Amino acid sequence: MYLYSITFYIFSLVAVLSALMVISARNPVHSVLFLILSFVNASGLFVLLGAEFLAMILVVVYVGAVAVLFLFVVMMLDINFVKLREGFLQYLPFGALLGIVLIIELGILFLSKSFSENTLSKFVQSPQINKVENTKLIGQVLYTDYFYLFQISGLILLVAMVGSITLTLRDRGNVKRQNISSQNYIDANKAIEKKKVKLGEGI
Amino acid sequence: MNNFSYLNDLIIPGSIIIAQILAVLMPVLISVAFLVYAERKVLALIQLRRGPNVVGPFGILQSFADALKLLTKENIVPANSNKIVFLLAPIITMVLSLAGWAVIPFAPNWVIADINVGIMYLFAVSSLGVYGIIMAGWASNSQYPFLGALRSAAQMVSYEVSIGFVIITVLLCVGSLNLTKIVEAQETVWFAIPLLPMFVVFFISALAETNRLPFDLPEDESTLVAGFFTEYSSASFVLFFLGEYASMILMSSMTVILFMGGWLPPFDIFPLNAIPGVIWFVIKIIFILFLFIWVRGTFPRYRYDQLMRLGWKIFLPLSLLWVVLTAGFLIAFDMVPNSL
Repeated sequence: MYLYSITFYIFSLVAVLSALMVISARNPVHSVLFLILSFVNASGLFVLLGAEFLAMILVVVYVGAVAVLFLFVVMMLDINFVKLREGFLQYLPFGALLGIVLIIELGILFLSKSFSENTLSKFVQSPQINKVENTKLIGQVLYTDYFYLFQISGLILLVAMVGSITLTLRDRGNVKRQNISSQNYIDANKAIEKKKVKLGEGI
Repeated sequence: MNNFSYLNDLIIPGSIIIAQILAVLMPVLISVAFLVYAERKVLALIQLRRGPNVVGPFGILQSFADALKLLTKENIVPANSNKIVFLLAPIITMVLSLAGWAVIPFAPNWVIADINVGIMYLFAVSSLGVYGIIMAGWASNSQYPFLGALRSAAQMVSYEVSIGFVIITVLLCVGSLNLTKIVEAQETVWFAIPLLPMFVVFFISALAETNRLPFDLPEDESTLVAGFFTEYSSASFVLFFLGEYASMILMSSMTVILFMGGWLPPFDIFPLNAIPGVIWFVIKIIFILFLFIWVRGTFPRYRYDQLMRLGWKIFLPLSLLWVVLTAGFLIAFDMVPNSL
């Protein structure tokens, strides 16, 4: 039990500190790396809560795929660090406003009755959750009660994917392409021509 | 709360966990050394050479001598590199290749963490492996490592997709994400037989995922010097090397668990089932590792566009089709495992 609380404090401390470093690091690549650290620690907290499936999905999707592409883009861009800092004061009021709104919303959520300790503990100790694996439980809810919403979110992702491809696809005329099947059908008879060469004459 | 004692609540459970971790990692690290030796010996036999035969009997201590040589050399950090990330990258590669072993069941109940989402954990850890390589390539601040890192990241992300679908096909036949249950579901027949095409796809994707020949373009010595670890020397190079071979063993144990029945004997008859499960598990891992080395000695390296074509245009549709086929078959013949 005490090991449990120690691990909780380690995970949450590192998650919060690395989240702070995401916005304060000077180098954008370092920011992304701290973001990844924060994700990993959040998934550790999920494991401590008993939500193993969510934890693993967080790592596979966000850390294994989304953050890799993010890191790719940030690394490839030629970023001028001085220029990046220029607009800092200009955007400060807007950022501060967003932060304040978020804090107020979270505060309302914590103070309201719907998030009081009783309801939370009832939720965590509900007998069904302890008996059945949470993978199975999520599947049961997702593919029955929320089936249409699930399908719609899939469609939205598909539309986003098709949209981004059509935005970036350009038909460049002078691209040389490989014709794989014609490459595979080459055999020695087609590639090599046998010739009889007379001695001392050549072809 | 009041009866907290350091001994019962902290020291004893903590030291049990550490002892378990050591009991798994020490054999893994030692087997990495022998895997390197075995690879050199098998390649030598394929190419009609002798291979290492000087250090120790039959040259068996060669890898220990190599490790000692590398560790005593100077660790050079390039002046223009991003030093913290540069030194962190090999550590991350090494740690991630060892972290996956926490959920591997060696025999019934021989597992450190028997978690319900074991296969997801393995998948997550292997998808993190790309970070060590990207970080190394970027932090080196040099062209060849950066190109190697980009190649490697694109390659690992593409092959992970088909690995994911292969895992889903196996999970459809098992009905659980727990690795122990995956092995137990293969008591009648190993999944390598009914799911043979998926077994082949998984093995080839494992080659690409571990950056092995014929897919070792990230460290392609004829075009990229040494790829992402061009700038690394001594101890940090050793960490990359160890991490790469440890993840090779991890991927082959994943193959064994998913398709070759883990610790189960091939037939449940007397002389075979008297042999302990761990030994079967190790024999199967050695077989898969031999295939890894055999492929390396036999096939020429792929071109990069061929590699991407194989991943996206052949393996992805094939594995997707097989997921649909397996699901349809299981439902049509009412064979869906532990349906609710």
